[in-house]
Amino acid sequence: MLRFQRPHASVPQFTNSPTVIVMVGLPARGKTYISKKLTRYLNWIGVTTKVFNVGQYRREATQSYNSYEFFKPDNLEAMKIRNACVNTALKDVCDYLNRDRGQVAVLDATNTTPDRREVILNFGKENGYKVFFVESICDDPEIIAENIKQVKLTSPDYVGCDKEEALADFLKRIECYQMTYVPLDDNKDRRLSYIKIFNVGSRYLVNRVQDHIQSRIVYYLMNIHVTPRSIYLSRHGESELNLVGRIGGDSGLSQRGAKFASALGTYMRGQCISDLKVWTSHMKRTIQTAEALGVQYEQWKALNEIDAGVCEEMTYEEIQEHYPEEFALRDQDKYRYRYPKGESYEDLVQRLEPVIMELERQENVLVICHQAVMRCLLAYFLDKSAIELPYLKCPLHTVLKLTPVAYGCKVESVFLNIEAVNTHRDRPENVDVDRDPEEALETVPEHI
Amino acid sequence: MRGCSSRSKSTQNQGKAVCMTNCPTLIVTVGLPARGKTYISKKLTRYLNWIGVPTREFNVGQYRREFLKIYKSFEFFRPDNEEGLKIRRQCASAALNDVRQYLTEEGGQVAVFDATNTTRERRDTILEFAEQNGFKAFFVESVCEDPEVIQENIVQVKLGSPDYTNCNTEEAVEDFMKRIKCYENSYETLDEVLDRDLSFIKIMDVGQRYLVNRVLDHIQSRIVYYLMNIHITPRSIYLCRHGESELNVKGRIGGDSGLTPRGKEFAKKLNQFIQTQNISELKVWTSQMKRTIQTAEALNVPYEQWKVLNEIDAGVCEEMMYEEIQGNYPLEFALRDQDKYRYRYPKGESYEDLVQRLEPVIMELERQENVLVICHQAVMRCLLAYFLDKTAEELPYLKCPLHTVLKLTPVAYGCKVESISLNVEAVNTHREKPENVDIHRTTEDALQTVPAHF
Repeated sequence: MLRFQRPHASVPQFTNSPTVIVMVGLPARGKTYISKKLTRYLNWIGVTTKVFNVGQYRREATQSYNSYEFFKPDNLEAMKIRNACVNTALKDVCDYLNRDRGQVAVLDATNTTPDRREVILNFGKENGYKVFFVESICDDPEIIAENIKQVKLTSPDYVGCDKEEALADFLKRIECYQMTYVPLDDNKDRRLSYIKIFNVGSRYLVNRVQDHIQSRIVYYLMNIHVTPRSIYLSRHGESELNLVGRIGGDSGLSQRGAKFASALGTYMRGQCISDLKVWTSHMKRTIQTAEALGVQYEQWKALNEIDAGVCEEMTYEEIQEHYPEEFALRDQDKYRYRYPKGESYEDLVQRLEPVIMELERQENVLVICHQAVMRCLLAYFLDKSAIELPYLKCPLHTVLKLTPVAYGCKVESVFLNIEAVNTHRDRPENVDVDRDPEEALETVPEHI
Repeated sequence: MRGCSSRSKSTQNQGKAVCMTNCPTLIVTVGLPARGKTYISKKLTRYLNWIGVPTREFNVGQYRREFLKIYKSFEFFRPDNEEGLKIRRQCASAALNDVRQYLTEEGGQVAVFDATNTTRERRDTILEFAEQNGFKAFFVESVCEDPEVIQENIVQVKLGSPDYTNCNTEEAVEDFMKRIKCYENSYETLDEVLDRDLSFIKIMDVGQRYLVNRVLDHIQSRIVYYLMNIHITPRSIYLCRHGESELNVKGRIGGDSGLTPRGKEFAKKLNQFIQTQNISELKVWTSQMKRTIQTAEALNVPYEQWKVLNEIDAGVCEEMMYEEIQGNYPLEFALRDQDKYRYRYPKGESYEDLVQRLEPVIMELERQENVLVICHQAVMRCLLAYFLDKTAEELPYLKCPLHTVLKLTPVAYGCKVESISLNVEAVNTHREKPENVDIHRTTEDALQTVPAHF
């Protein structure tokens, strides 16, 4: 029997027992980076996931961090605290997976000894959770130094410390772990399910993938990279249907839209990017926008705007007139609501998943797409929930430049100074099916 | 190259999304005999072609058989057999030559070079070849020491090989074992350290474990994902359509109608049929359309709904009869007959689009064991084409009649198909390609092959 099966989800939720992903590796090997990114991805595709960072628990337990001495293997007092932290974390994992209907928990800690991993395996067995290890092994001093610089020096542990001191202390901390580190063993651990990532992905060892979700996790981990790059998200230029307040359809650019396309070309050239990839949908308005750039571009059908089914090419006023109940239902649950003979945002996310996967593989990319599509992509990069996603602001003629930094994404919003209609309709106050047309249309943006 | 749009007009039927490969890819198998190299080669080739990447396999053993005509014994493969070595090297060269032609002149994107390639020396030769021609090389090694698995391989595919047509089973097995021995001494497996600059996947013990090194691009990433999801555990896949629907009997396409009484009868019979099959742990999948769900309901078992299993979207032609399509869109109707695979209904989909959206279903079918998929005509054609290696030309005309279950069982290098009609009458919904596909044809010519309906 499937847990939590939702009959109208786009794709079956292939998780039977919950899964605990267990990170393994020395400090500064990217465990937290991987934990957060993986969690963001899984949540986006609809698998409820949460990270449990044991370092966080330790910070709460010990109040203030003194020095690396806390981590010395012979510091028995500290050991007691650290073990207690793991146990608290595991208890929270239980609560999340049992009580809170979580599907995946990511245990982000070093887990560098067989003993510690044994404890977790037993925990998994007792509770009926599948356990999957993700080990990150890296001996490239440059990568480690960069990690430390990006995320350690600004950690709460080193607030108020001089950079040189912090670095020296952290390196000693790593040494403490090195003494007792036993990586997953090809022979002894052959019955475990795991992936070993070597040197940020040049090599992987994958053992005993048990099920669909582990297979997806492995695929995702094998496609991400840490090479610096930027992703540019933008909508097509203003379209003819935009001007008259109609949704969907396949119209061409308005005059202002064409001006935007030109301005976009200028802006992108100014970014001086080697090897920029440009992607569009199969709809006229994104293709026309790309044409103005004068570079090669690739068309993805998956980037087409959300299909509004029976409401295609209607104004909101017309939708209210012809389908008042549908209109209200949509306002009640904009993420899961599916237009009759059309799609939901949830469906959109499923069809955009290959786009996200390829964006992870690529480096510098400009994606020229549509409002609902851009909201989905943005939600992935900025870790927005299903509630927030359909209301993210993605105005016309504005480029969002996303640059991965530390554990997240820096966003620069660049308005290219060409006027356009507003197409953003906020959630109205009254979402009841019996509301007045006025209340329904309260937040409709202006149009011709 | 398909899918790479240039700065041209938007082509209506541009199906493929990403440029899968800039330069062509040469997949090179590595491994002792009876390790599943040919099985993997053929399966991978079938998958890549189905998702739209022109791929062909080149089996060096085939070349050797054509050259030698008659196989005498394992002695041919002895490492000290100079004559044999010369011939084998020539065969490898001939195969590589054909690879070059396929990838540079015939529009191929991926070539699978299926041979043992067990020495570093041989692999270096191939790497040189790849470099000279601007191909990316990706190695797929299969390592297996489980004697049971090897034995099963030999039984399934070697005993029936042209090499052993005149031998009895015992002789054949004995000779083949000696053949394997000939390779063992010089076998240099891909090494984490020595081969760290190569791109490869090492598959160990039929998929328990994988070592993946330096995946360079999208196509290699997809290949790795696919190889990591396939298995060889015996199982069967059952494909069928929903029971006959209300729109079916009216000769209308698409829509979301319920089952007719005959359709419901079929659902009941399907339930009985499944019971008789005595399948352990059968998974049942449907689309999110009424007619497949109603069919599954009669089975009284849990089932999972996939939106991507929904029937092809006929856009402006949804719920029309063919006569109405001809009446309202005669041009579109003709264009569709001209290229049924790539043709996209206005505001709808093409078969090519269908294949793209069905890819996750195929991937999950590969992971699973016994599965019953209750779907629709066009969808079933796409899935069937994958399992039976049908081309884009054949796919849209595959016969998938109502009330008939296709039972697919992997065997040797392919798939055994059993067609089981559950003996409940239904309309025929199969429209053959008419003779005249010209846009100026008469209505009669256009409607010549429309099946009868109310």
